[in-house]
Amino acid sequence: MSSNTSQPRRLTLKTLAAAATAASLGFTGLSAHAQDTIKVGVLHSLSGTMAISETVLKDTVLMAIDEINAKGGLLGKKLEPVVVDPASNWPLFAEKTKQLLTQDKVAVIFGCWTSVSRKSVLPVVEENNGLLFYPVQYEGEELSPNVFYTGAAPNQQAIPAVEYLMSKDGGSAKRWVLLGTDYVYPRTTNKILRAFLKSKGVSEADIMEEYTPFGHSDYQTIIAKIKKFASEGKKTAVVSTINGDSNVPFYKELGNAGLSAKDVPVVAFSVGEEELRGVDTKPLVGHLAAWNYFMSIKSPANTAFVKKWSDYAKAKNIAGHKDKPITNDPMEATYIGFNMWAQAVTKAKSTDVDKVREAMAGQTFPAPGGFVSTMDKENHHLHKPVFIGEVRADGQFNVVWKTPGPVVADPWSDYIPENKGKKNVPSKAAKVASK
Amino acid sequence: MRGVIVRCCAALLAWCCLAGPALALSAADALAVARGDTDERIAAIHRLAGSADGRAAALLRALATESLKFSETQVFIVEGERALDALSGQPAALPDAAEDAMLNNRLRGALDTALAGIELFTAGPERQREAARSLQRNAFNDPDPEGLPLIEKALATELDAGARQSLELAQAALQLASEDQALRLAAATKLGEARQAIVRPLIEERLKHEASADVKAALTRSLAAIDRRLALASGLGQAFTGISLGSILLLAALGLAITYGLMGVINMAHGELIMIGAYATWLVQGLFRQYWPEAFDYYLLLALPAAFAASAAVGAVMERTVIRFLYGRPLETLLATWGLSLVLMQLVRSLFGAQNVAVENPSWMSGGLTVLGSLSLPWNRLIILAFAAAVLIGVSLLIARTRLGLFVRGVTQNRPIAACMGVNTARIDTWAFALGSGIAGLAGCALSQIGNVGPDLGQAYIVDSFMVVVLGGVGQLAGTVYAALGLGLLNKFIEGWAGAVLAKIAVLVFIIVFIQKRPQGIFALKGRSVEA
Repeated sequence: MSSNTSQPRRLTLKTLAAAATAASLGFTGLSAHAQDTIKVGVLHSLSGTMAISETVLKDTVLMAIDEINAKGGLLGKKLEPVVVDPASNWPLFAEKTKQLLTQDKVAVIFGCWTSVSRKSVLPVVEENNGLLFYPVQYEGEELSPNVFYTGAAPNQQAIPAVEYLMSKDGGSAKRWVLLGTDYVYPRTTNKILRAFLKSKGVSEADIMEEYTPFGHSDYQTIIAKIKKFASEGKKTAVVSTINGDSNVPFYKELGNAGLSAKDVPVVAFSVGEEELRGVDTKPLVGHLAAWNYFMSIKSPANTAFVKKWSDYAKAKNIAGHKDKPITNDPMEATYIGFNMWAQAVTKAKSTDVDKVREAMAGQTFPAPGGFVSTMDKENHHLHKPVFIGEVRADGQFNVVWKTPGPVVADPWSDYIPENKGKKNVPSKAAKVASK
Repeated sequence: MRGVIVRCCAALLAWCCLAGPALALSAADALAVARGDTDERIAAIHRLAGSADGRAAALLRALATESLKFSETQVFIVEGERALDALSGQPAALPDAAEDAMLNNRLRGALDTALAGIELFTAGPERQREAARSLQRNAFNDPDPEGLPLIEKALATELDAGARQSLELAQAALQLASEDQALRLAAATKLGEARQAIVRPLIEERLKHEASADVKAALTRSLAAIDRRLALASGLGQAFTGISLGSILLLAALGLAITYGLMGVINMAHGELIMIGAYATWLVQGLFRQYWPEAFDYYLLLALPAAFAASAAVGAVMERTVIRFLYGRPLETLLATWGLSLVLMQLVRSLFGAQNVAVENPSWMSGGLTVLGSLSLPWNRLIILAFAAAVLIGVSLLIARTRLGLFVRGVTQNRPIAACMGVNTARIDTWAFALGSGIAGLAGCALSQIGNVGPDLGQAYIVDSFMVVVLGGVGQLAGTVYAALGLGLLNKFIEGWAGAVLAKIAVLVFIIVFIQKRPQGIFALKGRSVEA
């Protein structure tokens, strides 16, 4: 009887011990595995109002990872993507970042589109000394030592676009509608643009500012207002900072209302090839977008980039892109940022954030846009040329104007009075460097 | 008869020009239009437009439609697969290095005017009107007296009445600053017939400099006339946008008016039933594109029944499997349907992806109808308005006149008595719920034409739908109609002067206050059934 009872007990103990060994083995096995890979966090909305823009950036990072892994990885280790979906929900961005940095222990994060998501992520990244690559044009007014901004600062997109519209070829616009989604990027950009326009002698009465909520879908009133404003006087242009899927109803309404680019040109800062995918662009021909890259740019580097993406989209069966592959500016910025990070890791021989940060300064990369992209030695921004493109009937853009060469970023715009005397250097980085 | 002679003369003239080597289109001219500095290209366009050469007109038309390519020495007009040499009009081999002739908005404007000048004399009445309108727009935007000879020449010929009116207005705009007082007076009076707001600054500018009291009085009269017309147009425009929003709210809420209003089911999955309708539309659209592209414009005819059937089927399954066990327990129904809504959303996300899908409008739904000169009413909104009215009439007839409607009313008014009369109440519940769901599907089909279609589509409309039904008074179709139109108009009115963000807040506040004061909604059910 007693042996009968002790048998199972001993067995239990044995199993427990075995389990413990297995667990510890498994654990060491796991950690050994973790040693073998470098984890890369991907933090883009795959659902919600921003999914229209951000989903493709996730795939761009995955493509770049595949490319590096095919060449043998970095520092002898393979790269391992950790993809999360913050679902266009700003607090969730912060939560997911915390998870990426503290649980998954990623070496770097590629992510965010809207500035409100970046602002929400920023304290988490700074507190945990993480590294974020932000690939979208934004409003400036920020310079964190833990972020590399591979999109455009206002002087690399918004200001040249407005200058173009003021020029003779752009239609010599005298009156301005500043139209945006209601959050930090459009508000700040419009603040800068308002100051810039005033410095060019445009009066208050000739500027109209309008905002709509995220996901807004009824643009009838706004279009009617723009028409009325435009008919009250001199040549009018619209500067649109509408973000996300609202752009589809906006452009549909614009086309239906017969507001053609000849009369009132609309220049957009967040609308590219991808956002116009589902829109009938024939009535929109001539409306503008300002970016640092267009898919239609003719250069060997771009042809290679587009081909790489097409092949990848076909191989991975990416919805939409497998039949009609499209590249755009934030994809290019993501790609440049990723490759620069990879180069910096190789140079620093480590994924340690402080070492990588130092190695990032002055990195160069032959950008798909057909120029050599340089990371500024101090201000964490790229030197990029500015292109202004016109919508074509097929949804692509014709470049109608470009800067002669790359423009150095000025994240603290001089058109905001409080920025006078601020240096374009991240404050904490200076401290770290002096330590 | 005279028109024929004039046209013959024009043709003869064009033929002479073609025959005469001195005026023929030269390679240098063609290249100057296709490439180079914008200022020089515009000058070349004007030169060619004045040359009355058939090949030059073809060249300009090709440039306007962006089908012009050029090499180092030659300019080509691309027509589908083949290329024509722009000088001879003969088919030519397109070199690989040929580049597209690019356009910008300034060139487009110049081309527009140049082509209008040509087409005014050669094209049919439809194109003539368009050409006259674009000359008029040009004259209003930039009143440069240099355009006068062309307009006067055109006015001297046989013209379509609409084109003539546009040209006379353009002429008036250009003569407003004339030296001759009589001309100025005539121009000032004529401009009073204009319907575009763009004329106002012209008149106001003239008023500042005008010396003659007569002309001043005429200008003031014209300005007042234009302002009256504009006020009417903008009032109508605002009413239209309000009614259009109201029709969308009505469509979204009509299904809920049945499931919640009549049956009393707090259906949180109503938005998802709309979403399913929209996805059904998308699927039908995809099928048409793949298997029957030539009939693509008519896909909506099939999409409507498909959307209705898909949502009705999902609704019927929901009712049979979940909701029927929860009648009379509103809290549980609320939670259960909310859970169902999450399930449906995730289901769609897993099946079709989390991203929005693109539903293309059939071509007859794009563009708009211009009324009163300046007000344009988009076709898609007009059609949805008519559609909402049709659905409303259909539903009210169904409820008021059919056997099913009678049973539904009977069951909602007094279930036990209806059951005693031999009505199969359980089956009626299923039918009624499926009907409400199917109408939500129709709403989804309509919404897919104006907004984005994604798994979250329903979330955007669920709150609005409940607002409309509660505000209108539960159990009342008429109340739903008034509430939808009222909310639409109120929302658009506030948006007109306070912006979209504030309008949304203001409408919510209004509804909260209204429901506090009048919890039964605009229309309350009267009679014994209310107390029951």
